[in-house]
Amino acid sequence: MKQYAYYPGCSLESLGKNYNLSALAVSAELGVELKELEDWNCCGATAYFPVDELLAYTLVSRNLAIAEKTGLQDFVAPCSACYKNAYTTNKYLKNDPDLAEHINYALEEDHLHVEGKMKVRHLIEVFIEDVGLEEIEKKVAHPLKGLRVAPYYGCQIVRPRKDKEDVENPQFFEKLLSAIGAQPIDYASKTRCCGGSLIITNRKAALDMVHKLLQDAVNSNANVIATTCPMCNVNVEVYQSQVNREFGTNFSIPVMYFTQLMGMALGIEPKRIGVGASMLALAQSTAN
Amino acid sequence: MAVELSFTKEIENIMYASHGKPIKDCIQCGTCSGSCPAVEFMDNSPREVIGMIGANLKEEVLATNTYWTCASCYQCTVRCPAGIDIADMMYALKRYSMWKGQYKEGLLGPDFSEAFVKMIVNSGRSFEPILAATYLPKFSARDIIQEGLTATGLVLSGKMPLLPKKVKRLKNLQRMVRRIIPIGETK
Repeated sequence: MKQYAYYPGCSLESLGKNYNLSALAVSAELGVELKELEDWNCCGATAYFPVDELLAYTLVSRNLAIAEKTGLQDFVAPCSACYKNAYTTNKYLKNDPDLAEHINYALEEDHLHVEGKMKVRHLIEVFIEDVGLEEIEKKVAHPLKGLRVAPYYGCQIVRPRKDKEDVENPQFFEKLLSAIGAQPIDYASKTRCCGGSLIITNRKAALDMVHKLLQDAVNSNANVIATTCPMCNVNVEVYQSQVNREFGTNFSIPVMYFTQLMGMALGIEPKRIGVGASMLALAQSTAN
Repeated sequence: MAVELSFTKEIENIMYASHGKPIKDCIQCGTCSGSCPAVEFMDNSPREVIGMIGANLKEEVLATNTYWTCASCYQCTVRCPAGIDIADMMYALKRYSMWKGQYKEGLLGPDFSEAFVKMIVNSGRSFEPILAATYLPKFSARDIIQEGLTATGLVLSGKMPLLPKKVKRLKNLQRMVRRIIPIGETK
Protein backbone atom coordinates (compact mmCIF):
# COMPACT_ATOMS: atom_id res chain seq x y z
CA MET A 1 0.00 0.00 0.00
CA LYS A 2 1.54 3.31 -1.06
CA GLN A 3 1.76 5.93 1.69
CA TYR A 4 0.96 9.60 1.30
CA ALA A 5 1.52 12.57 3.60
CA TYR A 6 -2.03 13.72 4.26
CA TYR A 7 -2.86 17.34 5.03
CA PRO A 8 -6.60 17.40 5.85
CA GLY A 9 -6.84 21.15 6.52
CA CYS A 10 -9.03 22.91 9.09
CA SER A 11 -12.33 22.58 7.22
CA LEU A 12 -12.16 18.81 7.24
CA GLU A 13 -12.28 18.86 11.02
CA SER A 14 -15.39 21.02 11.13
CA LEU A 15 -17.68 21.83 8.21
CA GLY A 16 -16.10 19.23 5.97
CA LYS A 17 -16.20 16.33 8.44
CA ASN A 18 -18.05 14.10 6.00
CA TYR A 19 -15.39 14.80 3.42
CA ASN A 20 -12.66 13.58 5.77
CA LEU A 21 -14.67 10.49 6.71
CA SER A 22 -15.35 9.53 3.12
CA ALA A 23 -11.82 10.43 1.95
CA LEU A 24 -10.30 8.09 4.52
CA ALA A 25 -12.79 5.29 3.88
CA VAL A 26 -12.43 5.39 0.11
CA SER A 27 -8.64 5.65 0.30
CA ALA A 28 -8.45 2.57 2.52
CA GLU A 29 -10.69 0.71 0.09
CA LEU A 30 -8.45 1.62 -2.83
CA GLY A 31 -5.15 0.84 -1.14
CA VAL A 32 -4.15 4.46 -0.62
CA GLU A 33 -2.66 4.96 2.82
CA LEU A 34 -3.10 8.52 4.05
CA LYS A 35 -0.74 9.37 6.92
CA GLU A 36 -1.92 12.55 8.59
CA LEU A 37 0.87 15.11 9.15
CA GLU A 38 1.77 15.69 12.78
CA ASP A 39 0.93 19.12 14.21
CA TRP A 40 -0.03 20.80 10.93
CA ASN A 41 -1.27 24.39 10.89
CA CYS A 42 -3.88 26.31 8.90
CA CYS A 43 -2.84 27.02 5.28
CA GLY A 44 -4.49 30.43 5.41
CA ALA A 45 -6.94 29.82 2.55
CA THR A 46 -7.34 33.25 1.01
CA ALA A 47 -6.95 35.26 4.20
CA TYR A 48 -3.17 35.47 4.78
CA PHE A 49 -2.28 37.06 1.46
CA PRO A 50 -4.02 40.41 2.07
CA VAL A 51 -1.88 40.85 5.18
CA ASP A 52 1.63 39.67 4.37
CA GLU A 53 2.91 37.63 1.46
CA LEU A 54 6.04 36.25 3.10
CA LEU A 55 4.08 35.29 6.21
CA ALA A 56 1.55 33.48 4.02
CA TYR A 57 4.22 31.42 2.26
CA THR A 58 6.02 30.73 5.53
CA LEU A 59 2.94 29.32 7.26
CA VAL A 60 2.22 27.10 4.25
CA SER A 61 5.90 26.06 4.21
CA ARG A 62 5.71 24.83 7.78
CA ASN A 63 3.31 22.11 6.62
CA LEU A 64 5.48 21.30 3.61
CA ALA A 65 8.54 21.05 5.89
CA ILE A 66 6.72 18.68 8.27
CA ALA A 67 5.76 16.59 5.24
CA GLU A 68 9.33 16.53 3.91
CA LYS A 69 10.51 15.23 7.28
CA THR A 70 8.34 12.12 6.90
CA GLY A 71 10.41 10.96 3.93
CA LEU A 72 7.24 10.43 1.90
CA GLN A 73 7.06 11.88 -1.61
CA ASP A 74 3.50 13.10 -1.97
CA PHE A 75 1.74 15.87 -0.08
CA VAL A 76 -1.98 15.24 -0.47
CA ALA A 77 -4.68 17.81 0.23
CA PRO A 78 -8.41 17.17 -0.19
CA CYS A 79 -9.28 20.89 -0.07
CA SER A 80 -8.74 22.94 -3.22
CA ALA A 81 -7.63 26.04 -1.30
CA CYS A 82 -5.07 24.08 0.76
CA TYR A 83 -3.96 22.34 -2.41
CA LYS A 84 -3.44 25.57 -4.33
CA ASN A 85 -1.53 27.19 -1.48
CA ALA A 86 0.72 24.18 -0.99
CA TYR A 87 1.21 23.69 -4.70
CA THR A 88 2.19 27.29 -5.48
CA THR A 89 4.35 27.70 -2.36
CA ASN A 90 6.18 24.47 -3.14
CA LYS A 91 6.84 25.69 -6.68
CA TYR A 92 8.17 29.06 -5.49
CA LEU A 93 10.41 27.37 -2.90
CA LYS A 94 11.93 25.21 -5.59
CA ASN A 95 12.52 28.05 -8.03
CA ASP A 96 13.56 30.85 -5.70
CA PRO A 97 16.48 30.14 -3.35
CA ASP A 98 16.22 33.65 -1.93
CA LEU A 99 12.60 33.15 -0.88
CA ALA A 100 13.47 29.70 0.49
CA GLU A 101 16.24 31.23 2.59
CA HIS A 102 13.89 33.79 4.14
CA ILE A 103 11.35 31.09 4.92
CA ASN A 104 13.91 28.69 6.33
CA TYR A 105 15.20 31.39 8.64
CA ALA A 106 11.71 31.56 10.18
CA LEU A 107 11.23 27.78 10.17
CA GLU A 108 14.36 27.37 12.33
CA GLU A 109 12.19 28.42 15.26
CA ASP A 110 10.28 25.17 14.87
CA HIS A 111 13.40 23.14 14.03
CA LEU A 112 12.21 22.64 10.48
CA HIS A 113 13.73 23.02 7.05
CA VAL A 114 12.00 23.09 3.70
CA GLU A 115 13.30 22.48 0.18
CA GLY A 116 10.16 22.34 -1.90
CA LYS A 117 10.69 18.71 -2.85
CA MET A 118 7.21 17.33 -2.15
CA LYS A 119 4.93 16.39 -4.98
CA VAL A 120 1.80 18.36 -4.08
CA ARG A 121 -1.42 16.74 -5.17
CA HIS A 122 -5.14 16.97 -4.73
CA LEU A 123 -6.74 13.78 -3.44
CA ILE A 124 -8.75 13.31 -6.65
CA GLU A 125 -5.48 13.20 -8.63
CA VAL A 126 -4.17 10.39 -6.45
CA PHE A 127 -7.27 8.30 -7.17
CA ILE A 128 -7.24 9.01 -10.90
CA GLU A 129 -3.50 8.88 -11.59
CA ASP A 130 -2.12 6.44 -9.02
CA VAL A 131 -5.00 4.04 -8.44
CA GLY A 132 -6.29 4.50 -11.98
CA LEU A 133 -9.77 4.61 -13.46
CA GLU A 134 -9.68 1.00 -14.60
CA GLU A 135 -8.81 -0.22 -11.14
CA ILE A 136 -11.57 1.91 -9.59
CA GLU A 137 -14.07 0.60 -12.13
CA LYS A 138 -13.13 -2.95 -11.20
CA LYS A 139 -13.88 -2.28 -7.54
CA VAL A 140 -17.30 -0.72 -8.11
CA ALA A 141 -19.93 -2.86 -6.38
CA HIS A 142 -22.96 -0.61 -6.94
CA PRO A 143 -22.56 1.47 -10.11
CA LEU A 144 -24.47 4.76 -9.69
CA LYS A 145 -26.48 3.98 -12.81
CA GLY A 146 -28.67 6.77 -14.10
CA LEU A 147 -27.53 9.25 -11.46
CA ARG A 148 -27.02 12.58 -13.23
CA VAL A 149 -24.09 14.23 -11.52
CA ALA A 150 -22.90 17.80 -12.13
CA PRO A 151 -19.13 17.67 -11.61
CA TYR A 152 -18.27 20.93 -9.93
CA TYR A 153 -14.56 21.62 -10.17
CA GLY A 154 -14.66 25.11 -8.73
CA CYS A 155 -11.58 27.24 -9.20
CA GLN A 156 -8.46 26.48 -7.25
CA ILE A 157 -8.21 22.80 -8.18
CA VAL A 158 -7.58 23.81 -11.80
CA ARG A 159 -6.26 27.36 -11.49
CA PRO A 160 -3.71 28.88 -11.51
CA ARG A 161 -2.00 25.81 -12.91
CA LYS A 162 -0.53 26.92 -16.18
CA ASP A 163 1.48 23.73 -16.44
CA LYS A 164 -1.71 21.71 -16.78
CA GLU A 165 -3.20 21.98 -20.22
CA ASP A 166 -6.84 21.62 -19.28
CA VAL A 167 -7.59 24.79 -17.30
CA GLU A 168 -10.50 25.78 -19.56
CA ASN A 169 -12.28 22.48 -20.00
CA PRO A 170 -10.89 19.80 -17.71
CA GLN A 171 -12.32 16.30 -18.07
CA PHE A 172 -10.81 14.29 -15.23
CA PHE A 173 -13.81 14.64 -12.90
CA GLU A 174 -16.22 13.46 -15.63
CA LYS A 175 -14.01 10.44 -16.28
CA LEU A 176 -13.98 9.52 -12.60
CA LEU A 177 -17.79 9.83 -12.40
CA SER A 178 -18.16 7.59 -15.46
CA ALA A 179 -15.85 5.04 -13.86
CA ILE A 180 -18.23 4.71 -10.90
CA GLY A 181 -21.18 4.30 -13.22
CA ALA A 182 -22.71 7.76 -12.82
CA GLN A 183 -23.70 10.02 -15.67
CA PRO A 184 -21.65 13.23 -15.66
CA ILE A 185 -23.58 16.15 -17.10
CA ASP A 186 -22.04 18.91 -19.16
CA TYR A 187 -22.79 22.45 -18.00
CA ALA A 188 -21.07 25.78 -18.45
CA SER A 189 -20.39 26.66 -14.81
CA LYS A 190 -18.27 23.67 -13.87
CA THR A 191 -15.12 25.71 -13.30
CA ARG A 192 -16.82 28.99 -12.49
CA CYS A 193 -16.06 30.22 -8.97
CA CYS A 194 -18.73 29.56 -6.30
CA GLY A 195 -17.77 32.72 -4.41
CA GLY A 196 -16.74 30.76 -1.33
CA SER A 197 -14.08 33.20 -0.21
CA LEU A 198 -16.61 36.06 -0.38
CA ILE A 199 -19.42 34.42 1.58
CA ILE A 200 -18.49 36.35 4.72
CA THR A 201 -16.96 39.51 3.31
CA ASN A 202 -19.30 40.13 0.37
CA ARG A 203 -22.44 38.09 0.89
CA LYS A 204 -24.31 39.71 -2.00
CA ALA A 205 -21.67 38.84 -4.60
CA ALA A 206 -21.19 35.34 -3.20
CA LEU A 207 -24.91 34.50 -3.21
CA ASP A 208 -25.15 35.75 -6.78
CA MET A 209 -22.35 33.40 -7.80
CA VAL A 210 -23.92 30.43 -6.00
CA HIS A 211 -27.27 31.27 -7.57
CA LYS A 212 -25.85 31.19 -11.11
CA LEU A 213 -24.12 27.89 -10.45
CA LEU A 214 -27.22 26.24 -8.96
CA GLN A 215 -29.40 27.50 -11.81
CA ASP A 216 -27.01 26.13 -14.39
CA ALA A 217 -26.79 22.70 -12.73
CA VAL A 218 -30.56 22.49 -12.28
CA ASN A 219 -31.18 23.57 -15.88
CA SER A 220 -29.01 20.65 -16.96
CA ASN A 221 -31.25 18.30 -14.95
CA ALA A 222 -28.57 17.26 -12.51
CA ASN A 223 -29.72 15.05 -9.60
CA VAL A 224 -26.74 16.01 -7.50
CA ILE A 225 -23.78 18.39 -7.53
CA ALA A 226 -20.42 16.77 -6.75
CA THR A 227 -17.60 18.81 -5.24
CA THR A 228 -13.87 18.46 -4.63
CA CYS A 229 -13.52 21.17 -1.99
CA PRO A 230 -15.07 21.79 1.43
CA MET A 231 -15.42 25.52 0.71
CA CYS A 232 -17.42 24.88 -2.45
CA ASN A 233 -19.46 22.20 -0.76
CA VAL A 234 -20.50 24.35 2.18
CA ASN A 235 -21.14 27.35 0.00
CA VAL A 236 -23.32 25.50 -2.47
CA GLU A 237 -25.12 23.30 0.07
CA VAL A 238 -25.59 25.38 3.21
CA TYR A 239 -26.36 28.67 1.49
CA GLN A 240 -29.01 27.24 -0.86
CA SER A 241 -31.79 28.41 1.44
CA GLN A 242 -30.37 31.93 1.51
CA VAL A 243 -30.15 31.92 -2.28
CA ASN A 244 -33.79 30.84 -2.41
CA ARG A 245 -34.81 33.70 -0.12
CA GLU A 246 -32.73 36.24 -2.01
CA PHE A 247 -33.71 35.25 -5.54
CA GLY A 248 -37.16 33.72 -5.00
CA THR A 249 -35.93 30.38 -6.27
CA ASN A 250 -36.74 26.92 -4.98
CA PHE A 251 -33.49 24.98 -5.15
CA SER A 252 -33.07 21.84 -3.11
CA ILE A 253 -30.40 19.96 -5.00
CA PRO A 254 -28.18 17.62 -2.97
CA VAL A 255 -24.47 18.46 -2.84
CA MET A 256 -21.96 15.68 -2.20
CA TYR A 257 -18.23 15.24 -2.07
CA PHE A 258 -16.82 13.14 -4.89
CA THR A 259 -15.50 10.78 -2.22
CA GLN A 260 -19.04 10.17 -0.92
CA LEU A 261 -20.21 9.21 -4.41
CA MET A 262 -17.18 6.95 -4.79
CA GLY A 263 -17.89 5.41 -1.41
CA MET A 264 -21.48 4.65 -2.39
CA ALA A 265 -20.32 3.03 -5.62
CA LEU A 266 -17.66 1.01 -3.84
CA GLY A 267 -20.32 -0.29 -1.48
CA ILE A 268 -18.95 1.28 1.68
CA GLU A 269 -21.39 1.50 4.58
CA PRO A 270 -23.24 4.86 4.36
CA LYS A 271 -22.38 6.00 7.87
CA ARG A 272 -18.66 5.55 7.17
CA ILE A 273 -18.92 8.09 4.35
CA GLY A 274 -21.40 10.47 5.99
CA VAL A 275 -24.20 9.71 3.55
CA GLY A 276 -27.78 10.03 4.76
CA ALA A 277 -30.82 7.95 3.92
CA SER A 278 -32.33 10.49 1.51
CA MET A 279 -29.27 10.43 -0.72
CA LEU A 280 -29.20 6.64 -0.80
CA ALA A 281 -32.84 6.58 -1.79
CA LEU A 282 -32.17 9.02 -4.62
CA ALA A 283 -29.29 6.92 -5.97
CA GLN A 284 -31.41 3.78 -5.77
CA SER A 285 -34.40 5.38 -7.47
CA THR A 286 -32.34 6.53 -10.46
CA ALA A 287 -30.77 3.10 -10.78
CA ASN A 288 -34.15 1.46 -11.30
CA MET B 1 17.77 62.67 -4.00
CA ALA B 2 15.73 59.50 -3.78
CA VAL B 3 13.93 58.46 -6.93
CA GLU B 4 10.20 58.36 -6.48
CA LEU B 5 8.76 55.02 -7.53
CA SER B 6 5.88 54.92 -9.97
CA PHE B 7 2.68 53.43 -8.57
CA THR B 8 3.04 50.56 -11.04
CA LYS B 9 6.50 49.78 -9.70
CA GLU B 10 5.29 50.03 -6.10
CA ILE B 11 2.64 47.38 -6.72
CA GLU B 12 4.99 45.19 -8.73
CA ASN B 13 7.47 45.30 -5.88
CA ILE B 14 4.98 43.76 -3.47
CA MET B 15 4.14 40.89 -5.81
CA TYR B 16 7.33 39.21 -4.69
CA ALA B 17 6.92 35.48 -5.01
CA SER B 18 4.55 35.32 -7.94
CA HIS B 19 7.25 36.59 -10.32
CA GLY B 20 4.44 37.51 -12.67
CA LYS B 21 4.90 39.54 -15.79
CA PRO B 22 5.05 43.24 -14.98
CA ILE B 23 1.73 45.06 -14.80
CA LYS B 24 3.05 47.53 -17.37
CA ASP B 25 2.80 44.79 -20.02
CA CYS B 26 -1.02 45.10 -19.86
CA ILE B 27 -2.52 45.75 -23.30
CA GLN B 28 -5.92 46.78 -21.87
CA CYS B 29 -7.74 44.03 -23.78
CA GLY B 30 -10.28 43.43 -21.03
CA THR B 31 -10.07 39.62 -21.02
CA CYS B 32 -9.74 39.78 -17.22
CA SER B 33 -12.89 41.86 -16.79
CA GLY B 34 -14.83 39.67 -19.22
CA SER B 35 -13.76 36.52 -17.35
CA CYS B 36 -14.39 37.79 -13.82
CA PRO B 37 -17.41 36.20 -12.08
CA ALA B 38 -17.58 39.06 -9.57
CA VAL B 39 -17.06 42.01 -11.92
CA GLU B 40 -20.62 43.30 -11.63
CA PHE B 41 -20.05 43.92 -7.93
CA MET B 42 -16.85 45.89 -8.49
CA ASP B 43 -16.67 49.69 -8.64
CA ASN B 44 -14.04 49.38 -11.34
CA SER B 45 -13.32 46.38 -13.54
CA PRO B 46 -9.92 44.69 -13.24
CA ARG B 47 -8.87 46.19 -16.58
CA GLU B 48 -9.78 49.66 -15.34
CA VAL B 49 -7.83 49.17 -12.12
CA ILE B 50 -4.68 48.23 -14.05
CA GLY B 51 -5.20 51.31 -16.20
CA MET B 52 -5.65 53.44 -13.07
CA ILE B 53 -2.42 52.10 -11.59
CA GLY B 54 -0.58 52.97 -14.79
CA ALA B 55 -2.06 56.47 -14.67
CA ASN B 56 -0.80 56.89 -11.08
CA LEU B 57 -4.34 57.35 -9.70
CA LYS B 58 -3.35 56.19 -6.24
CA GLU B 59 -6.22 57.74 -4.26
CA GLU B 60 -8.80 56.38 -6.69
CA VAL B 61 -7.30 52.90 -6.52
CA LEU B 62 -7.30 53.03 -2.71
CA ALA B 63 -10.97 54.08 -2.78
CA THR B 64 -12.24 51.29 -5.06
CA ASN B 65 -13.77 48.04 -3.79
CA THR B 66 -12.43 46.04 -6.75
CA TYR B 67 -9.67 44.00 -5.12
CA TRP B 68 -11.75 43.34 -2.00
CA THR B 69 -14.43 41.90 -4.30
CA CYS B 70 -11.97 39.52 -5.97
CA ALA B 71 -12.79 35.92 -5.03
CA SER B 72 -9.29 34.63 -5.96
CA CYS B 73 -10.59 32.25 -8.62
CA TYR B 74 -7.67 32.98 -10.99
CA GLN B 75 -9.79 32.96 -14.14
CA CYS B 76 -8.16 36.28 -15.15
CA THR B 77 -4.68 34.99 -14.35
CA VAL B 78 -4.86 31.92 -16.57
CA ARG B 79 -6.45 33.83 -19.46
CA CYS B 80 -4.34 37.01 -19.49
CA PRO B 81 -2.64 37.14 -22.91
CA ALA B 82 0.10 39.33 -21.43
CA GLY B 83 0.80 36.74 -18.73
CA ILE B 84 0.06 39.02 -15.78
CA ASP B 85 -0.96 37.25 -12.57
CA ILE B 86 -3.94 39.52 -12.04
CA ALA B 87 -5.46 37.65 -9.10
CA ASP B 88 -2.12 37.96 -7.34
CA MET B 89 -2.05 41.65 -8.16
CA MET B 90 -5.43 41.93 -6.40
CA TYR B 91 -3.79 40.46 -3.29
CA ALA B 92 -0.94 42.98 -3.66
CA LEU B 93 -3.50 45.79 -3.77
CA LYS B 94 -5.21 44.43 -0.66
CA ARG B 95 -1.88 44.48 1.15
CA TYR B 96 -1.12 47.94 -0.14
CA SER B 97 -4.43 49.29 1.13
CA MET B 98 -4.05 47.54 4.48
CA TRP B 99 -0.58 48.97 4.98
CA LYS B 100 -1.83 52.42 4.10
CA GLY B 101 -4.79 51.81 6.41
CA GLN B 102 -6.95 53.24 3.69
CA TYR B 103 -9.90 51.45 2.18
CA LYS B 104 -13.46 52.02 1.11
CA GLU B 105 -15.92 52.51 3.96
CA GLY B 106 -18.03 49.50 4.90
CA LEU B 107 -15.80 46.75 3.50
CA LEU B 108 -15.55 43.61 5.63
CA GLY B 109 -12.48 42.16 3.89
CA PRO B 110 -9.74 44.09 5.72
CA ASP B 111 -11.09 43.33 9.23
CA PHE B 112 -11.74 39.73 8.28
CA SER B 113 -8.20 39.14 7.01
CA GLU B 114 -6.67 40.79 10.04
CA ALA B 115 -8.82 38.76 12.42
CA PHE B 116 -7.99 35.60 10.53
CA VAL B 117 -4.24 36.13 10.82
CA LYS B 118 -4.56 36.99 14.52
CA MET B 119 -6.53 33.79 15.05
CA ILE B 120 -3.78 31.76 13.37
CA VAL B 121 -1.07 33.43 15.42
CA ASN B 122 -3.04 32.62 18.57
CA SER B 123 -3.89 29.01 17.75
CA GLY B 124 -2.37 27.84 14.47
CA ARG B 125 -5.77 26.62 13.31
CA SER B 126 -8.79 28.24 11.76
CA PHE B 127 -12.07 28.14 13.67
CA GLU B 128 -15.21 29.71 12.26
CA PRO B 129 -17.01 30.84 15.49
CA ILE B 130 -14.03 33.00 16.53
CA LEU B 131 -14.09 34.74 13.19
CA ALA B 132 -17.80 35.43 13.47
CA ALA B 133 -17.10 37.89 16.25
CA THR B 134 -15.27 40.16 13.82
CA TYR B 135 -17.85 40.37 11.09
CA LEU B 136 -21.21 39.92 12.82
CA PRO B 137 -21.24 43.45 14.31
CA LYS B 138 -21.21 44.80 10.76
CA PHE B 139 -24.08 42.60 9.57
CA SER B 140 -27.68 43.78 9.52
CA ALA B 141 -30.08 42.33 12.11
CA ARG B 142 -31.64 40.11 9.46
CA ASP B 143 -28.26 38.74 8.39
CA ILE B 144 -27.25 38.06 12.00
CA ILE B 145 -30.40 36.02 12.62
CA GLN B 146 -29.82 34.17 9.36
CA GLU B 147 -26.19 33.48 10.26
CA GLY B 148 -27.25 32.29 13.72
CA LEU B 149 -29.74 29.86 12.27
CA THR B 150 -27.19 28.51 9.79
CA ALA B 151 -24.59 28.08 12.54
CA THR B 152 -27.05 26.39 14.91
CA GLY B 153 -28.00 24.00 12.13
CA LEU B 154 -24.35 23.19 11.55
CA VAL B 155 -23.69 22.56 15.25
CA LEU B 156 -26.78 20.35 15.56
CA SER B 157 -25.84 18.32 12.48
CA GLY B 158 -22.42 17.73 14.04
CA LYS B 159 -20.62 19.66 11.30
CA MET B 160 -19.46 22.48 13.55
CA PRO B 161 -17.28 21.69 16.54
CA LEU B 162 -17.80 23.80 19.65
CA LEU B 163 -14.17 24.04 20.68
CA PRO B 164 -11.22 25.27 18.65
CA LYS B 165 -8.14 23.15 18.06
CA LYS B 166 -4.61 24.39 18.52
CA VAL B 167 -1.27 23.32 17.11
CA LYS B 168 0.90 21.67 19.76
CA ARG B 169 4.09 23.63 19.08
CA LEU B 170 2.28 26.95 19.23
CA LYS B 171 5.16 28.82 20.89
CA ASN B 172 7.47 27.81 18.05
CA LEU B 173 4.93 28.88 15.48
CA GLN B 174 4.57 32.26 17.16
CA ARG B 175 8.34 32.75 17.22
CA MET B 176 8.37 31.82 13.52
CA VAL B 177 5.82 34.52 12.80
CA ARG B 178 7.89 37.07 14.71
CA ARG B 179 10.84 36.39 12.44
CA ILE B 180 8.66 37.53 9.53
CA ILE B 181 6.65 40.40 10.99
CA PRO B 182 6.87 42.26 14.27
CA ILE B 183 3.61 41.33 15.92
CA GLY B 184 4.27 42.10 19.57
CA GLU B 185 3.06 39.85 22.36
CA THR B 186 0.26 37.40 21.74
CA LYS B 187 -2.32 36.22 24.19
